[in-house]
Amino acid sequence: MKRTLFNAPRTFKGGIHPPDFKKFTEGNPIQMYMDPQEDLVFPMVQHIGAPCKPLVKKGDECLRGQIIGEAQGWVSSPIHSSVSGRVKDVKPMLHPNGSKVMSVIIENDHMYREVEGMHQSHDYHQMSKEEILSIIREAGVVGMGGAGFPAHVKLSPPADKKIDAIIVNGAECEPYLSSDFRLLIEEPTKVVEGLKIVLHMFPEAKGYIAIEDNKPTALAVMRNLTLEEPRIQVVALKTKYPQGGEKQLIDAVIGREVPSGGLPADVGCIVHNTDTVVAIYRALLEGRPLMRRVITIAGGAVAHSVTFKARIGTSIRELVEAAGGLVCPPSKIICGGPMMGTALFSLDVPVTKGTAGILVFDPAEDHITRESACIRCGKCVSACPIHLMPLMLNQFALDMDWSSFEKYHGMDCIECGSCAYICPAKRHLTQTFKAGKRMIQEQRRKAAAEKGGSHG
Amino acid sequence: MADEKKKVLYHLSISPHIRARHSTTSIMGEVLLALMPAALFSVFYFGIRVLLVIGVCMASSVLAEWIWQKCTKQPVTIQDLSACVTGLLLAMNLPASIPLWMAAIGSVFAIIIVKQLFGGIGQNFMNPALTARCFMLVAWSSAMTNFTVQGVSTATPLTLIQTGGELPSLADCFLGTISGSLGETSALLLLLGGLYLCLRGIIDWTLPAVYIAVVFILSYCFGRDGLYEIMSGGLMLGAFFMATDYTTSPMTRKGRIIMGIGCGLITALIRSFGGYPEGVSFSILLMNICVPLIDRVTMPKIYGEVKSK
Repeated sequence: MKRTLFNAPRTFKGGIHPPDFKKFTEGNPIQMYMDPQEDLVFPMVQHIGAPCKPLVKKGDECLRGQIIGEAQGWVSSPIHSSVSGRVKDVKPMLHPNGSKVMSVIIENDHMYREVEGMHQSHDYHQMSKEEILSIIREAGVVGMGGAGFPAHVKLSPPADKKIDAIIVNGAECEPYLSSDFRLLIEEPTKVVEGLKIVLHMFPEAKGYIAIEDNKPTALAVMRNLTLEEPRIQVVALKTKYPQGGEKQLIDAVIGREVPSGGLPADVGCIVHNTDTVVAIYRALLEGRPLMRRVITIAGGAVAHSVTFKARIGTSIRELVEAAGGLVCPPSKIICGGPMMGTALFSLDVPVTKGTAGILVFDPAEDHITRESACIRCGKCVSACPIHLMPLMLNQFALDMDWSSFEKYHGMDCIECGSCAYICPAKRHLTQTFKAGKRMIQEQRRKAAAEKGGSHG
Repeated sequence: MADEKKKVLYHLSISPHIRARHSTTSIMGEVLLALMPAALFSVFYFGIRVLLVIGVCMASSVLAEWIWQKCTKQPVTIQDLSACVTGLLLAMNLPASIPLWMAAIGSVFAIIIVKQLFGGIGQNFMNPALTARCFMLVAWSSAMTNFTVQGVSTATPLTLIQTGGELPSLADCFLGTISGSLGETSALLLLLGGLYLCLRGIIDWTLPAVYIAVVFILSYCFGRDGLYEIMSGGLMLGAFFMATDYTTSPMTRKGRIIMGIGCGLITALIRSFGGYPEGVSFSILLMNICVPLIDRVTMPKIYGEVKSK
């Protein structure tokens, strides 16, 4: 546990303070959007790891809760249908990450017939760690903060790593987004119960619910609810971007540094997003696989900023319509937050497990900038939460000097966007690092393949 | 329906999708604003001719940059206001009586030789205005050291300390009613502008604070009046506006502390034991050329750095 002077909110070194734009979204309660009209699309990739294999074919009838995508291997996660209806097609469709991904398209029959065996509540206190893990795995729970790391993999660290801290990430440091905040104040018991399930799996560990101090309501609700929970502590974090970054969060809450290239488990820690913990709760106590998520629709080009609870597979276009539709032609559409989200070229993409928000920017919000020369102000250096030298890495990347890029720890960049945000010369810093990292990863893969080939 | 969808094109780019409001131009604009009180005071105190000196310096700086970029077929970047800042800073480092043609040549030297020949904004390794001032000091030493107040030659306080004579009061030094380069006299107004830049987050307060503190302490060590030393000469102008120049100062706070100590040490040494009465320009320039070295040794330790085995 990290101590701070005068009990100040805890944080990390570096970071930026972008305007949070939460006033548009945080006051609006979660709206249920449970009867989607258009066809539902289920990409077979909604997690990090091997893509799922479609288990249904065109013309099949399927039920709600039925597995339509089978997990391939340990680092993979099954995909369930969130409605009942007929399979219209199985073909590559546009994924929110911008690529085309094999997807199952289901025509909703609006009856929501369920597979047998749902709603079975488990008494997790009587269950072993392995039994809980298999339920979480079967329920298709993945990290819902964006990366989509399968939860059961995260919850099975190597035997030599002793886990003593479970952190629920309620920082939600991305501007505009309020889905975690609404969940924290509207379904707080589920968050706490979900965390208790994980704590049951790790009897040695302490639980932390970490929330930025720009969400005092959420902090108060959580503190009240955990008064009687000796193993759970609610932690106020300083409002700063990227406070919700896994490494920054661990640093702030327990004062440990995840080694370069390592995982949180290396410092005895597991971090879960708020919605993920709720999904674990639902899997164990309500017997439901992951079929819905909380998603914020916001931005100047959409009539109302709304946080929905929607079925996975629902068309984003439909949700934007449900939020009052477009008030002007959008300039940019972003899947995720404005700092790390992906720009989309179409609204015709589905809600996936990892989609925390969709931003529809009007031209005024869309910052189109022209690069000018670096003035060496050093703002990127003080903003970088990993303490890199972004201006130097930028030069290396532009020169395609990958050995220097690696030498100066370019591969440790977490792509948070702080350096590019703060740069007065509007240089595309993060952008070149992302490209550079992909190039180097590609080179490493090639080198590994060649080596493997020559040896047999 | 399909055709309708095809028409819609959205902007695509890699994240982040939002950028901070400030820009190179806005930062340079704020530096100009912060220099205004001291510059206006010099017009009031030294006379209307100062306006001409400032005007000539700024105009020839901007013009030199424009012509250079036109001739070398580069994109013209005079709108970033950095040439204006260089011009104004150079003017503030000149005596009020400087012949205008010298001021113009000095400005061209700052922009072409010091800045553009090394690659333009962000690439020069010495402060352009200060380098130009030193060039002028060597080229036209009498014109550069002839300080007049309302037409009357008056020695600067630091010269008086060296040669002996009646010193102006500390209050005069603080307010600026003393002799000196036209923009350096009013410690009060420079401090005001410097604090503004610190509060706006444009400069880091550590470098000027360390610089001034070191001069203050060392002056006492060398048997001089520390308080008087920091109020006179070019220290305030140098510490807040010249040493903090982005391009020629270190990028980390640790580095800025080292540079502040170095500047303070050299300034105090030159003032106490050197042939020149004033050492701010030389100390900053000497430390400028150490910046790449300082940056190298103060490279921050990265988060989660694994010791190489």
